[in-house]
Amino acid sequence: LHCCSLLLTSVTNMIRQAVFRGLNRTGVRSASSFPFEMPTLPYAVDALQKNGISDQTLGTHHGKHHCGYVTKLNAALESKKDLQAQTMEQLITSQPAGPIFNCAAQTWNHTFYWNSMAPGGGGSPTGKLKDAIEAQWGSVDKFKEEFSARAAGHFGSGWVWLVQQDGKLAIMDTHDAGCPLTTSGVTPLLTCDVWEHAYYIDYRQDRPSYIKSWWACVNWDFAAANMA
Amino acid sequence: MATSRVLQSFFKQMSRPTGVVGSSTRRQLSAAAASAANKAHSLPDLAYDYSALAPVVSGKIMELHHSKHHQTYVNNLNIALEQYAEAEAKNDVAAMINLQPAIRFNGGGHVNHSIFWTNLCPGGSEVPSDLLAEIDATFGSLDKFRSTFNARSAAVQGSGWGWLVLNKANGKLQIQTQPNQDPITGDVVPLLGIDVWEHAYYLDYENRRPDYLNEIWKVVNWNNVAERWHAAKE
Repeated sequence: LHCCSLLLTSVTNMIRQAVFRGLNRTGVRSASSFPFEMPTLPYAVDALQKNGISDQTLGTHHGKHHCGYVTKLNAALESKKDLQAQTMEQLITSQPAGPIFNCAAQTWNHTFYWNSMAPGGGGSPTGKLKDAIEAQWGSVDKFKEEFSARAAGHFGSGWVWLVQQDGKLAIMDTHDAGCPLTTSGVTPLLTCDVWEHAYYIDYRQDRPSYIKSWWACVNWDFAAANMA
Repeated sequence: MATSRVLQSFFKQMSRPTGVVGSSTRRQLSAAAASAANKAHSLPDLAYDYSALAPVVSGKIMELHHSKHHQTYVNNLNIALEQYAEAEAKNDVAAMINLQPAIRFNGGGHVNHSIFWTNLCPGGSEVPSDLLAEIDATFGSLDKFRSTFNARSAAVQGSGWGWLVLNKANGKLQIQTQPNQDPITGDVVPLLGIDVWEHAYYLDYENRRPDYLNEIWKVVNWNNVAERWHAAKE
C-alpha cells in the first residue's frame, strides 16, 4: 500500500511537470495575455518539505503572493485596452516602474523561482553547466559560496540570479521586483527569492539557513535547459 | 569588542620607530580610535514587554524584531563604522566609499527602529489637542490622515517605511515614504514611522499589509509623536 502511494505521488509529480513543460516560462498558456490565468506550482505544495521549504511556505508564497500579483495585474489591465494584447514578457520589457511592471515582473520572477527548485533537486550540476560554472568560478563550491554570499548580503527585498551574459556565467542581484528580462543580452538560468516572505515562516530572520535549503532544492536541469 | 581592535592597531603603530609612522599618522590613528570608541552603538531597551502590544503586534514578532533584526543592524553598524575609521585613518577613500552602503543600510535600520519603538505603546494614546488641530488643518481630519498614510505605506514596493514628518522649510506636517532602511534626512524631521518591511507583520498578517496598517494605529503613542513635533519646531 505504501509502494502504491509512493508510485501515485511520483506519477502525479511527473504529470504535473509534463503539463508545466507544455507551458511557456511564464507558467501560463503560450502567447497568453490579459486576462492571465493563475500560475501553477510545478509540484505538490509539500514537495520541498523534506529539503526545508515547508508546505505552509509554498502554500502562502504561491497561493497568496504569486497569485495575488496575477490578480492585481489583471485588475490593473482592465482599464488599459492598449496593453491587453501584450504577453507577460512584453509587459515587463515595455512598462516603466509602477504597479503594472511590478505585478508582471513579480509574476514572472516567481514562476522562474518555482522552476529553479524541484523535489528531486540539489546535488551537483553536470555536463556543460558544470563546465561553465567551473570555467567562471574554478569550482562548483566556490560558485555556491559566492552565490550564497550575494543572496545573504542583498539589502532588503530582491532576487539573486545565475545568468548567462556574453557567453559567460555571472551572478546578478535584482532589487524588489527587478527582472533580468529588462537587461538586454542576459539569459537567466536560476533564481533565489530573498524577499522576507520567502523564508520568514520557516527560518524567521535567518536567511542563510533558508539559502542552504534552496541549494538542497536547486534544479540544475532547469538551469541547463535555459542555457543559450 | 569592536573598538579594541582599532585601539590595538593604534598601539601597534605607536610602538614602531618614529621613522615608520609619522606623527600626523599617529594623530589620525588616535582620532580614529577615539571616535570609533564613541561611535559604538547599542540596542535601546523597549519601554514595554514584548507581549504588551498584542494582539495588534504579537510578542513573537516584537521579540524577533527587536532582539534579532534591530540587534543585527546595531552589530553590523558598529562593524562598518570601525572599518570606516580604519579606512579613513589610512586615507583609503575607495574603501570608505565601499563601506557606505553598509553604513546606510545598518545605520538607517538602527535610526529608524530606535524611533519606531518609542512611537508605540500598549493601548496607544489619544492625540494631544494641539497636534490634532495641526493634523486637521493639514489633512482634513485624523481619519483622512490615516487613510492617506495607509494607502501610501501599503503602496511601498518591497521593503520600506511610512513616515509622518515635519518639513522645517515650511513648518508643515507631511507624509513621506522611504525605501529599504533609508532614514529621513535633510530639513525634515521624522515624527512617526511605521515599518512596512515584511518582518514587521508577516507572522501575524502574512501578506495582508493593509490589515496590519489598519490595526497598528491602536498602539501608536501620539504623546511621543507630539513630543517629537514640539522638539522639531524649536
